[in-house]
Order: sequence, then C-alpha cells, then structure tokens
Amino acid sequence: MSERLVIIGNGMAAGRVLETLIEAAPERYAVTVFGAEARPNYNRILLSPVLSGEKDFADIVTHTEAWYAEHGFDLRLGRKIVAIDRTAKTVTAADREVTPYDRLVITAGSLPIRLGIPGRDLPGVVTYRDQDDVDAMLAGSAGGGSAVVIGGGLLGLEAAAGLRARGMEVTVVHLAPSLMERQLDQAAGYLLQQEMERRGIRVVTRGNTQAILGSLAATGVQLDDGRFFPAQLVVMAIGIRPNVELGKAAGLEVNRGIVVDDAMRTSDPHILAVGECVEHRGVCHGLVAPIFEMAKVAGETLAGRESIYVAAEVSTKLKVTGIDLFSAGDFAEGEDRQEVLLRDAARSRYRRVVLKENRVIGAVLYGDTGDGGWYLDLIRNRTDIAELRDTLIHGRMATLDGPADPLAAVASLADGAEICGCNGVCKGKIVDTVVAKGLTSVDDVRAHTKASASCGTCTGLVERLLAATLGDGFRASASQAMCKCTDFGHGEVRRLIAARGLKSIPAVMQELEWKTSGGCARCRPALNYYVIAAWPEEAADDSQSRFINERVHANIQKDGTYSVVPRMWGGLTNPKELRAIADVAEKFAIPTVKVTGGQRIDLLGVKKEDLPAVWADLNRAGMVSGAAYAKGLRTVKTCVGTEWCRFGTQDSTGLGVKLEKALWGSWTPAKIKLAVSGCPRNCAEATCKDIGIVCVDSGYDVHFAGAAGLEVKETIVLTHVATEAEALDHAMALVQLYREQGFYLERIHKWAKRVGVDVIREQVAGDAERRAALIARFKVSQAVYQKDPWAERVAGHEAHEFRPMAVIPQLEAAE
Amino acid sequence: MNALSPMPVEIGHIDDIPVQGTRVVRLPTMDLAVFRTVERGVFALENRCPHRGGPLSEGIVHGGSVTCPLHNWVIDLRTGEALGPDVGCVATAPVTIAPDGRLLLDLAALPRRARA
Repeated sequence: MSERLVIIGNGMAAGRVLETLIEAAPERYAVTVFGAEARPNYNRILLSPVLSGEKDFADIVTHTEAWYAEHGFDLRLGRKIVAIDRTAKTVTAADREVTPYDRLVITAGSLPIRLGIPGRDLPGVVTYRDQDDVDAMLAGSAGGGSAVVIGGGLLGLEAAAGLRARGMEVTVVHLAPSLMERQLDQAAGYLLQQEMERRGIRVVTRGNTQAILGSLAATGVQLDDGRFFPAQLVVMAIGIRPNVELGKAAGLEVNRGIVVDDAMRTSDPHILAVGECVEHRGVCHGLVAPIFEMAKVAGETLAGRESIYVAAEVSTKLKVTGIDLFSAGDFAEGEDRQEVLLRDAARSRYRRVVLKENRVIGAVLYGDTGDGGWYLDLIRNRTDIAELRDTLIHGRMATLDGPADPLAAVASLADGAEICGCNGVCKGKIVDTVVAKGLTSVDDVRAHTKASASCGTCTGLVERLLAATLGDGFRASASQAMCKCTDFGHGEVRRLIAARGLKSIPAVMQELEWKTSGGCARCRPALNYYVIAAWPEEAADDSQSRFINERVHANIQKDGTYSVVPRMWGGLTNPKELRAIADVAEKFAIPTVKVTGGQRIDLLGVKKEDLPAVWADLNRAGMVSGAAYAKGLRTVKTCVGTEWCRFGTQDSTGLGVKLEKALWGSWTPAKIKLAVSGCPRNCAEATCKDIGIVCVDSGYDVHFAGAAGLEVKETIVLTHVATEAEALDHAMALVQLYREQGFYLERIHKWAKRVGVDVIREQVAGDAERRAALIARFKVSQAVYQKDPWAERVAGHEAHEFRPMAVIPQLEAAE
Repeated sequence: MNALSPMPVEIGHIDDIPVQGTRVVRLPTMDLAVFRTVERGVFALENRCPHRGGPLSEGIVHGGSVTCPLHNWVIDLRTGEALGPDVGCVATAPVTIAPDGRLLLDLAALPRRARA
C-alpha cells in the first residue's frame, strides 16, 4: 500500500511539488491536498494582469481540478487545516475532519503585513495577496473614484498600475525616498517614478501613513506630515510575512519562517515545508524562482532521491505592461567593487553592472532589460569577464563584436548620423564646420552649429568628434567639471536643471548622465541646492546631501560638540532674550559664551543630544535659529542710526531688522553677510560685506561684492535709491539673482567677478520689471523655506539625528 | 574580566537609519557610527576619524565611503581605511542584517579597552 502524503496549501509551491512527484515517483504516495481557497491552483504572480484587465482568472489557472483527478490526487478545496498532531501523525481541518499522514508537506505561504494604524479594519481597506483581494479591488474600483496604495514595492506598484488601468485616480504612498528601494538603486527608482507619474499615478515618497480616515468605510489616508489623500479604496502592500502559525503550534522549529534544511525537511523528519512560509539558512523567500526550486527539491526528497537546495541569485522584474525593469544580485557599492554605468537620458534607459574581482555580482537595468538573463547567468556562473570588460555594459551582442574604442566608434559613424537630436545636427555638419572655421572647442561648435546647445547630453559625443577630427589640435572643454562624477560644469548643470525641469538629485543624475550611481560629497550638496533653488515648491530637500551643520542646524566644533547661535535681528536683543541665553548656558553647562563679529551671541560646546532641548528653551523666549552654519543669510550688522546717533542720517537699525526679516531662512550658494551703516562713517563696516547699505542724507547707497575673509575686498556700489523700501527691494532682487546664478560655494564677490558687475547692476537696478520678477521668485521660495528649523526639530522632526540608536551597557564575557 | 560580548548584539532595525545616513551606537569603550548606504549596506565603524578624531557619524555618506565633517578625510566603510593620499584606519565591527531587518553587531573584533 502506498504511503499517505498530505499537502497543506494549494498554491504555486504545492503545484510544483506535485509536478515533481509525478515525474519522480508517480506511484509512491496516496496524495491529499488541502487548499484554504475554494479555487483551483493558479499562478499568483499573474494576479496583476488580472487586476489590470489584461488577463482573466481562467488564464492564470495552472492546474484544473481535472488535472488532480487525472493523477489520482485527492483535492479538497475550501478546507483549511487548523492543526497538526505530530504524535498521532494527523491533520485536522476546520470542520474537525481528521486525516492521517505518513509524510506531510506544509506550503502555507505568507500573510500580508497590515499596518497597525487607526482605520485599518474599515471596509474599503484591502491587502494584495490572492484572488479574493483582486475581487475586492475590482469591486472597489467599479465606479472609478480614488485609491491609495500604501507601499511602493513590487506588489504596490503593480496594484497601482492595475487600478489606474481600471480608471481610478491612484496615489502611491511610499515610506522610502525612492520606489522599490530594495531592488533598485535611486537612479532606476527615479525612472520608474517618472513612468508611473506619466501614467497619471501620483507618487508620494517619504510618506508615512498615520491613519485611514472614515466612519462607515474608508474615505482617505492621512500622512504624519498633515497631507491627506481621499480614497474609497486603500490597498496595503507593504510586505509579507511567512505564515508559520500551524508549524509553530505543532512545535516545529520556527524562526521568522519554518526552519528547513537543504532537503526541505523541518525539525520533524516526517514533515517538509516549502515556499514563502519557510526559512532556509536564515533567509525567507518571496520570489517565485527560489520557491519553485525548493518545491522541486522537496518533491525529490519525497521520492527518496538525494537532492539539496542551493540558494541561487534571484532577479526581480516588475509585471507592469510597458515598464521594463530588472535587477539581480548584490549592487551595493564598496571599495573592492567597481561599477560600470550606462545612462541614455533621451531614451530613459539606465544600466548598472557591479563588478568584483572580474566577476559580475549585480545588475540593475531599466528601459531595456533584454540582457537581464545574460547578466543573471554571468552572476550565477561567476564568469570571469576580464575579456568582456570594455563592452560588458552594452550587453551580450556588443561582446560578440570584440573590444570597442570610443573614438573609433565616433570616427566610424556615417556623415549623416545624428549627433544632436535637439537641434538636428549630424556628424558631417559638425566635422565640416570644425574644419572650415578652424574650431577647437566644444563651445565653438556649440556657437557655430548649435550641436549640444540645448539639452547638452550629447556634449561628450561632440567632444569625441572634435578629438577625432582635430587629433592633437584638440583641447578639452573650457568649463571645469563639477567633480569626477560628471563632465558638466556648475553653470551647465544649473542651466539644465532649470531648462529641463529636473526636480530631484536622482533626476539630475539620470538626465545628465552622471558617471557614478550616487554622486559624491562634492556634487551632492551642490545639486541639492540647485534643485531646491530652481524648484522651491516642487523639489524636496535631501538632508542626507547636506553638510552636517546644515543637517542639524548647528556648527560642528573640533571636538564634535556644536555651537548654537540664536538670531538677534539687526543685532538687537533685550533682557528676556539675554536671560534665556544665560539660563540655557547654565542649565546645559555650556562651557563658552562668546559675542560674535556679527553682533550676536554664540554658545559653544553644546552636546549634540542636548541641541533640541537647548533650542526649545531659546524658542520659548522667542528666538529662532541664527543660521550661523548655513549657506544662507547669516547676519545683518547695524549701527544705531538716527534713533540714537547724532550723526545718523537714516534708521539703519530699523532697515537692518527689516532686511534680516525679509532674507532669513533662504538658502544661497554660499553664506551671505549684510550690514547697514547709518552714515558714511560706516560704523557697521558695511563696505566689506556681501551686501552693504550706507545711509546718506539723500537716501541709501546699496553696495555689494565685498569680502573680509580669505580675501579682503571693498564693496562696489550697485545703485543709489531714495527710500527704504527701494533699498529692501534691491537687496532682495540681488539675493535672488545670486541664488539663480551663483555656483555652489561661490561667494557674491566671486560671482560678480565671473559674470560681471555691470551685468548684475543692469539686471537688478536697471530694469524695474526684472527686479519685480526676481523679488516675486524670491518670495515664492521664502514661502516654503522661511521657517525656523529649530522649532521643527523641537517638534520632533528628524529626531533620529539627535539620539543614539542603541546604548550597549557593560557586558560580561561568558566565563 | 570585563570584555565586550562574544555574542552578536541587536542594535536596532535597518529602517532606524536613514538611507545614506548614520546613527550612533554607544558602547562602554567607544562610540560606533553605524552607516547605511543607498543599497541597504550597513557598516559599523569607530566614530572617530584617524586624522583628528572627528565624528564620522556626522559626515556625508557617498557610495561606500564617508567624508569626515572636520577636514574631509574620506574613510572606506568596509575596511575603515582612509582613502586617497591620507593614511589611517579606524576599527570596524561586522553588522549582519537579519531577514526581518534587525541589525546584529559583532563586537568580537573591536579593541576591548577604551582609547587612552
């Protein structure tokens, strides 16, 4: 008589176990299969096309009931197993029916993780795991309306695309800064987000869901930053956890999943487990390839064959029609690794291959994934790629043609080949112009042919073409590259960010074909500034791309402590503020209190973890951050002017306060310091500041481009105005022009030298309309950025910055 | 004798650390800076630049390196070695990321006494 085999679960793993048994030991077992769902075996990974309407449920059924009957398997659908008795070797179904076994296979799969937030159980809140969930989503989407998908991983995005295809307004709320961050790097995540948005799906990254609102049914999703998105359907797709309850209750060894050995045996040799419910060598799997492999091993073990499961590299693909995305292996960076990158901005393509010791260990492909399988093979086979190295990134076909020389590649192009897509300039035109006019630089080519004058991404191609045409006569591009990550200079990057609507650092890196995947400590702070300066309302500040002082809003000192400088508007203070400062200094045992050169008070030697409490006390006395650490407005130094001074010609203190109130909080390419002197005696030393105002009887002389640091430079007069309001306007317009044109870390005097004092004067003082437009743009930015960073952090913003993740007490070694 | 634990110690969850961010773990002997790279790599290094003792936890994380906030030394997160022309090295401690994201710190390789 054959042995009794019971399989708990009728999903993809169970199906594959049975297929293996049919092949390996068709007669050995009398098989009973219990499926909790009242449906035949179906291909769960194709639920997304069912949701989007591209397939019917019938299309994804893998084994019909007839198939089970044909092979003599006893299939019991809609019968959930609730207990295993290992001593009696029986399983018990929900209807109390007891079934004996000789061998048992658990394929219990996984359970969707549900957020423990208010509103989680409201009607309209669903997970995405099985056909029932798909039915619930289809019912919820029937009349159109709005949906929110919580989670921007594989499943969440597939759900979002499906619901969008069904005509809903869809918002994806994702906790991490970029989509599918486990499978993709930021560049590919950016391209994916762009594509989602192009399809009309709103993507909210860094979104932390606080609650699902609604009384009778879900009406929307509330984030912890106050944003609210209406939704009658809320899909939670934040992950899965192995379904271990049965195994745990039966006393099997369970960690995160049911623990199995290489032959898929649990801690009880009569019981095997396979699929998403198991943990093999510390790893739980959620992708189909390893699960099929496990099921095959389990089937062979049951058949009495020696078989072991070896975890292989797995790859991920997103199953959304029209989005080609592939990732595999380990694509973390490291000094012992190299990366090869190919970005093609025009065609939204991105390809990154990570190498270690002449072997491919990881790959991320976006836009053209035809070579994904080839890279996966290279990873799995640990193929030595020394020979392929130069052409590896271009995929399998390129490696068949032998090594490529970039110059030869350009030289071999036909004369009619298009080099600059924006301006329709072909190779022949460029070569002819270079020869005829004796051009020697990319700038020359740009001026004469317009090639690379628009989007600029063909600059490298033009440069190589010049080099190939001129040979030794070629000199490299005059503009200095920002850093080793790009060939573009600061000016080109700024221009392209504005012209092409690049609103995040990954967007810049992709569209401008950055040569590294994540940038470096030089370009990231610059890009962060350029992006938020160009798109104050749309771009999000990336705090991890800021220098520590701007990240924690205090100045780091040589011993790792910080200094804290509250703002004193125009250098004015009062007893209440001074008392608060004195109290703070005593309360937190702050070792040094010093008056600064900018007419305010510096508290030095504050411990990082004390910062929020120090700020809270200063806030309570009405003080805000003095931004003494910022590439932004530092101080406005003043003299006492007409209010007290017998020589004063205007209210210099009052103007200083107004200037500081107008300009504080803005980010600028480098720090800016202002001063207002009440008469030409210039007690506030306004003529060595970035912007200085010297009051005279007839009004105000507005100066700029002074310096008193590494270099000492006297200011230049921008203009003379009659009223205080005009002085303010000119200062604001000047700051905005600097914000728009300055290179990161370039002080105002250097910017003035680079672009020309007269050019600046013309734009700020010579043209009232232009001035008004500059001021308007400045105010748009200030509406977003003029807020006290201390108060935000006192309220809990970025709290992780200020406390240790863990404190490990003294630990005794085992005796 | 007092010594650091021979067993891996749980120090938190990977999502406690922002991407390209750093958190501090305080040991009796020293502070560790625990870094998270873009691709979910987590590395623990003594929080003390070999140059002048700057807190590496406050630096900008880029690729597999961190730039010290005081004088811009660049330290390899994997090896603790200074990169480029600078020479120096900080202690490192292996961190294992459990399948559920918990971070397990192995203290065995660290010096057992505080720096004098």
